[in-house]
Amino acid sequence: MKSLKELEQIKQKTLDAVNLRKERTGGTRVVVGMATCGIAAGARPVLLAFLEEVKNRNLKDVSVSQTGCIGVCRLEPMVEITRPGEDKVTYVNMSADKVKRVIAEHVVNGQVVTEYTIGAAQ
Amino acid sequence: MEFYRSHVLICGGTGCHSSGSADVMEVFKTELESNKLENEIKLVQTGCFGLCAIGPVVIVYPEGAFYSKVTTDDVPRIVSEHLLKGRIVTDLLYHDSVHDDEAIKSLDEVEFYKKQKRLALRNCGVIDPEKIEEYIAFDGYKALGKALLESTPEEIINIIKASGLRGRGGAGFPTGLKWEFTAKAEGDKKYILCNADEGDPGAFMDRSVLEGDPHAVLEAMTIAGYAVGADQGYIYVRAEYPIAVKRLNIAIDQAREAGLLGKNIFGTNFNFDIEIRLGAGAFVCGEETALIASIEGKRGEPRPRPPFPANKGVFGKPTLLNNVETYANIPQIIHNGADWFQSVGTEKSKGTKVFALGGKVMNTGLVEVPMGTTLREIIYEIGGGIPDNKEFKAAQTGGPSGGCIPAEHLDTPIDYDSLARIGSMMGSGGLIVMDEDNCMVDIARFFLDFTVDESCGKCPPCRIGTKRMLEILNRITKGQGEEGDIEKLEELGKNIKASALCGLGQTAPNPVLSTIRYFRDEYEAHIRDKKCPAGVCQALLQVLIQAELCKGCGLCVKVCPTDAISGERRSPHVIDQSKCIKCGACMEKCPFKAIVKG
Amino acid sequence: MTASILQDEKLMELKNTIDEFKDKEGPLMPIMHKAQELYGYLPVEVQEYIAKALDIPLSDIYGVATFYSQFTLKPQGKNTIGVCMGTACYVKGSQAILDEIVREIDLKPGETSDDFNFTLNATRCLGACGLAPVIMINDDVYGRLVPSDIKGIISKYRTK
Repeated sequence: MKSLKELEQIKQKTLDAVNLRKERTGGTRVVVGMATCGIAAGARPVLLAFLEEVKNRNLKDVSVSQTGCIGVCRLEPMVEITRPGEDKVTYVNMSADKVKRVIAEHVVNGQVVTEYTIGAAQ
Repeated sequence: MEFYRSHVLICGGTGCHSSGSADVMEVFKTELESNKLENEIKLVQTGCFGLCAIGPVVIVYPEGAFYSKVTTDDVPRIVSEHLLKGRIVTDLLYHDSVHDDEAIKSLDEVEFYKKQKRLALRNCGVIDPEKIEEYIAFDGYKALGKALLESTPEEIINIIKASGLRGRGGAGFPTGLKWEFTAKAEGDKKYILCNADEGDPGAFMDRSVLEGDPHAVLEAMTIAGYAVGADQGYIYVRAEYPIAVKRLNIAIDQAREAGLLGKNIFGTNFNFDIEIRLGAGAFVCGEETALIASIEGKRGEPRPRPPFPANKGVFGKPTLLNNVETYANIPQIIHNGADWFQSVGTEKSKGTKVFALGGKVMNTGLVEVPMGTTLREIIYEIGGGIPDNKEFKAAQTGGPSGGCIPAEHLDTPIDYDSLARIGSMMGSGGLIVMDEDNCMVDIARFFLDFTVDESCGKCPPCRIGTKRMLEILNRITKGQGEEGDIEKLEELGKNIKASALCGLGQTAPNPVLSTIRYFRDEYEAHIRDKKCPAGVCQALLQVLIQAELCKGCGLCVKVCPTDAISGERRSPHVIDQSKCIKCGACMEKCPFKAIVKG
Repeated sequence: MTASILQDEKLMELKNTIDEFKDKEGPLMPIMHKAQELYGYLPVEVQEYIAKALDIPLSDIYGVATFYSQFTLKPQGKNTIGVCMGTACYVKGSQAILDEIVREIDLKPGETSDDFNFTLNATRCLGACGLAPVIMINDDVYGRLVPSDIKGIISKYRTK
């Protein structure tokens, strides 16, 4: 160890990994519906695509988790995204292909991809 | 670095380890692999979460789901339900970790953690103690960097002095002063020692720090080395703590590899290294001069002071000796400043204290509270009270050096000075709760038995005096007490306190004197009435079957190991007192509560 | 020196440890720990060997060996039963547990059975106070015990 800068680099490299363990961070939460219906409809590839994208873009303060049945089985796979201080947005009929766009436009830039949301589907 | 969507934290402290957490970890590993989740979910073995009573403990983030008493059979469900499908397995959650509407509380809202303030334990149960990067991610080694690159040794000592930190090993000597004495001592070579010889029965906070956050101790010792001008450190740790020793060894290797121990740390010309020395089962080695003798490879006998270790310590050189919990506070004090630390605690005792809460209390485990918290808050709010609706009788602090605190002092805010005033002491932080079923004379005898066994034999007051006290106590608990015994105990105790060579002997009478002070009536009942009110002292008891309650079921006959019980079926049984060994097995078994001790 | 006790393999390992620590400060305790680990106790032959290697009187070694409770001069049983007599265990009934074990294997604390299968110790705090009362057999910890658990636990360690 030669300098505080070097120490800071190690810290930053590990920080994202351990941040998850802090209590309820203020970051963006991505929640994928993963009950039986969700999994049957293909929620696993969607979840994996989110993980891949978050990793590739090295996004800070984003947590990806899953939940049980969100309730509208015909619209699965469903994903809920909550940015700090904003209302929850629910995406429906998600696929791995759509994930890239949702991450780029909504998670990173704050622009909801309206055409994928539950509002557009109903 | 891989991005994991979820972290599964499994407690690897000794408590949970003993309850089988290593097997739970293994099953998690295979279950994750068979569900192809190993690249999404990270398994972390951490240090102690504190709630040993409900171990093994598993916490799943980001939800913060707090699973308790997890068995290997539960793991497949947690993996397939929670980790795969996102449905938290509610029935396995710790009951106090969920709101009435089944929403998960954050840890700060759980009763057990609400009143706690985790400084020394801040990383325990949060980081993987075998990964130096995780320690660094939580600002580890930053204090060392700041100290070496931006402060002079004097400035460091001044921060520690200003913080008001006092030694957590027992006596509460101001840490900053100790550092200053050692820094000012003349010597071509100086040493930094860490006292991890946690021999106080019922205390395991130092073990938990070493197991859960070993780098904090290494960092603090290195800072101390810089402050007093030492280049070698030794950690003297009990051989009874194999997990702690293993993790310390890993941590030392990692720190050396990262250049945080060794030569030219942080590019400066400061060199420092640390080695581990194992104790070999001698309680007196927790005393500083005895510990020093033991590191030198001698019998661990204390010697008179002065000279103090600050001037003449290990190998005859100036030596700084602090205990584990004291060190665990140092990096944060340097990092956050003296004022920050000053803001916690009471006027003369700053910061927090870790207590090992044990005995007759619901939530046994490790708790860390600001100095000045009352015993009532610790035992009833954090500890969840006494099990089985029994009545609180006393809290024992300070182990064999401390005393028993009765109910009338439950609302005393605890710090070093208030505990000394009520006849006990902080000690290393064991806090054992006793209820109506515990006999205070027997407890005093228990501690004396301990000190007699552990007395090194060097000075007569301790070697002979404690033995005489134990003989009197043995007589009293056997029903052979005489008038005047209590006074004899008091006089012996006072003289031993005044004349013993080291801390072990000087404090050995405390458990006896404090129980006499608060529970004199129990002593008198043993001596005059030949009765043990709590029903503990075997010689003063008979186990009896109450004929009016006995249904003659015969269960007691089967369980009795000495065939002392006989009787016709469906009619009251009797116990042959000459055969009865008073083990109590029949009392436990009797469905009608017909068997009593009296 | 009898060849039977100072087996070459163990002796080599002990010698390596002695060489490692010989020139360090305070070498005696680490070396004795190693010897105890290798032989299970400290036979007088081993003490003599260490004394010679470090060039210190045998009485020093004996003094240290008898001071610390972890060092023992007698061979130990195959299974070591440690009953925790720390305060937390004691107030939760470890005495009754110990009494039950004494009855079950007919040994007093500190004794080893004639067939060298069991050694019984009443130990200091094992630090698992949350699980009191606790016993440890070799490396296995058993917690939250009541006397009636003992028979079943001990039977696992009996020689077939």
